[in-house]
Amino acid sequence: MAAPLVEVKNIKKYFPVKKGVLGRKRSFIKAVDDVSFTINKGETLGLVGESGCGKSTTGRLIMSLLELTEGQIYFEGNQISNLTNNQIRNTRENFQMIFQDPYASLNPRMKIRDIINEPLIIHGYNKGDRMNRITELLEIVGLSAYHADRYPHQFSGGQRQRIGIARALAINPKLIIADEPVSALDVSIQSQILNLLKDLQKSFNLTYLFIAHDLSVVEHISDRVGVMYLGKIVEIADKETLYKNGQHPYTKALLSAVPIPDPKLKRERIILNGDIPSPANPPSGCTFHTRCPLATEICKQEVPKLRQIGEGHSVSCHLV
Amino acid sequence: MTEKMLEITNLKTYFHGDDGVVKAVDGVTITVNKGETVGVVGESGCGKSVTSLSVMRLLHDTPGEIVDGSITFEGKSLLDLSEKEMRMIRGNEIAMIFQEPMTSLNPVYKIGKQLEEVIKLHLHYDKKEARNHAVNMLKLVGLPRAEDVVNEYPHQLSGGMRQRVMIAMAMACNPKLLIADEPTTALDVTIQAQILDLMRKLRDESERSIMLITHDLGVVAEMCDRVVVMYAGEVVEEADVLSIFENPKHPYTKGLLGSVPKLGQDLEKLDSIPGNVPTPANMPKGCKFAPRCEFAMDVCWKKDPSLLATNGNHTCRCWLYQDQEKILEV
Ligand SMILES: Nc1ncnc2c1ncn2[C@@H]1O[C@H](COP(=O)(O)OP(=O)(O)OP(=O)(O)O)[C@@H](O)[C@H]1O
Ligand SMILES: Nc1ncnc2c1ncn2[C@@H]1O[C@H](COP(=O)(O)OP(=O)(O)OP(=O)(O)O)[C@@H](O)[C@H]1O
Ligand SMILES: [Mg+2]
Ligand SMILES: [Mg+2]
Repeated sequence: MAAPLVEVKNIKKYFPVKKGVLGRKRSFIKAVDDVSFTINKGETLGLVGESGCGKSTTGRLIMSLLELTEGQIYFEGNQISNLTNNQIRNTRENFQMIFQDPYASLNPRMKIRDIINEPLIIHGYNKGDRMNRITELLEIVGLSAYHADRYPHQFSGGQRQRIGIARALAINPKLIIADEPVSALDVSIQSQILNLLKDLQKSFNLTYLFIAHDLSVVEHISDRVGVMYLGKIVEIADKETLYKNGQHPYTKALLSAVPIPDPKLKRERIILNGDIPSPANPPSGCTFHTRCPLATEICKQEVPKLRQIGEGHSVSCHLV
Repeated sequence: MTEKMLEITNLKTYFHGDDGVVKAVDGVTITVNKGETVGVVGESGCGKSVTSLSVMRLLHDTPGEIVDGSITFEGKSLLDLSEKEMRMIRGNEIAMIFQEPMTSLNPVYKIGKQLEEVIKLHLHYDKKEARNHAVNMLKLVGLPRAEDVVNEYPHQLSGGMRQRVMIAMAMACNPKLLIADEPTTALDVTIQAQILDLMRKLRDESERSIMLITHDLGVVAEMCDRVVVMYAGEVVEEADVLSIFENPKHPYTKGLLGSVPKLGQDLEKLDSIPGNVPTPANMPKGCKFAPRCEFAMDVCWKKDPSLLATNGNHTCRCWLYQDQEKILEV
């Protein structure tokens, strides 16, 4: 079997924080704490979980925008963690990121042409090729050459997100990390962008890591889905399995909490009680035990391991 | 008999800018009955927040002005009240959860002090009672470390925590009408569920009314009795919640419902509404949705249709549902 496009092995990212009155006591925010997964070529891996659980940090580690505290990342079988800056630049050609905020992620003083031109210059395209490529890219994302000489503020949120996607596609990346690409958009514009991302995936055999907190959006776009809680993956499976037969109590609570646009449907919700822990001071044992409706004694003491319970389906819970 | 809590009639709120007038709200009529939750949905910029700010009379810091229409609350005309009288209604009888939490939290005061001020003013509690009530409210909205948070400043909290402080503040005095402008957008689904539960309790236990502004049609389906759909400063459709979801009439409402991915539904492609909302500078002459509408006819480009009942209490602003004679007149 071919190596997966990306393999992430036991990665950790601890951010130091100063504590105590004089700021002398050091402690850590365990933003990503021993995460492993693979992404196969041409597929979309969705990553969900509550705010602050480490989704963006995971994405930025893969992009080498942050340094790993521990662990390895492989791209097409080669280790890419701990490369020199030059090597990083070369592998980065294969990775691109689309950001959540289409307003903040485009430089307001640059014309669209120059925004898309930037990665082309860095990766050594010559001038003529660059101009053709810009037109081509704008057309791919449903805009036109006519838009190239305008500034970001002249576009709507959905159009700006298209520009962000055009920039991400510029140098034919193999992997696109989309960090909440549609959460800032209106539903009607959101569906335009989701359809576009799906079309582009087919046309260019792209691989996506799709980060979002909207579970219906993730279900729509993903092949496999990982659920994160406080820096760890607590469950990962193919989409059908996760959404129909999710086993982790946190996965179940998440799914039961999604509001369904059907007024006739009345559901039983799993309401989570208990305090939401801080990643600077995570609970002992299973970090979810403070909110878990099923927690027992062992959950408070022992950290559960991520175990495989079915084909491509792993869960970390003592009770499963 | 249904008792009317809030009646917004033909409200027009305009902004006067350097490059002309923006008709942010242009003839909006919305009624909220006692014990009822009315959802207001519509594309970004269609005038939802400006409508609610008009009700609260909080436009004085903006170039916005109410140029026409009336707003009555329990029979009183809000537009005729003095600022002092309005202040006694705000936070007490009508409370609002703002879309942008920092607009209603004062950065220089601690969270506890801000909550206590509101509680003391309207409920006449003493300091200790007010503090207890404040901490309790913060716990009710699911804020961890409530006892510590009262001693912190707004900037020390995350966006989601601030939003919950605002919700606690809005609910602290058990208002008769709660206007909630995107109350749960910055929150996780599990916390959102907790907040929605709390709002439902408020409504059912003390027959309060809620005007709920949101992009999330799932939230609308779960919470609302009636739904008002807005587009470019106007109401384009209004009906009870079941009719909106099962029998939407306006092409914009249909497009909106088709755009939403639904859990457990495997679709290759989502419907989407082509194009963008018109900008104030190039507002179409006829129906404002015509440039994006797949059913647009000649008449749609010439004249804005009126909001008419299609049956019972289901109203819709679209030439497809107006009688032939009227169309020919145009
Ligand atoms: N540069 C940094 N320095 C210190 N702490 C950080 C830094 N970046 C992130 N963190 C912390 O790491 C944790 C994980 O953050 P991350 O941004 O990955 O969360 P997320 O899952 O993407 O959340 P959201 O859904 O809100 O975007 C958070 O507690 C955050 O405060
Ligand atoms: N302070 C202001 N000055 C000038 N124009 C304004 C101001 N506030 C709002 N507007 C304009 O009024 C119109 C309606 O804005 P409003 O905030 O009500 O939209 P909304 O429906 O709440 O949108 P969203 O879903 O994005 O919150 C917009 O065109 C907006 O640009
Ligand atoms: Mg993030
Ligand atoms: Mg608004």
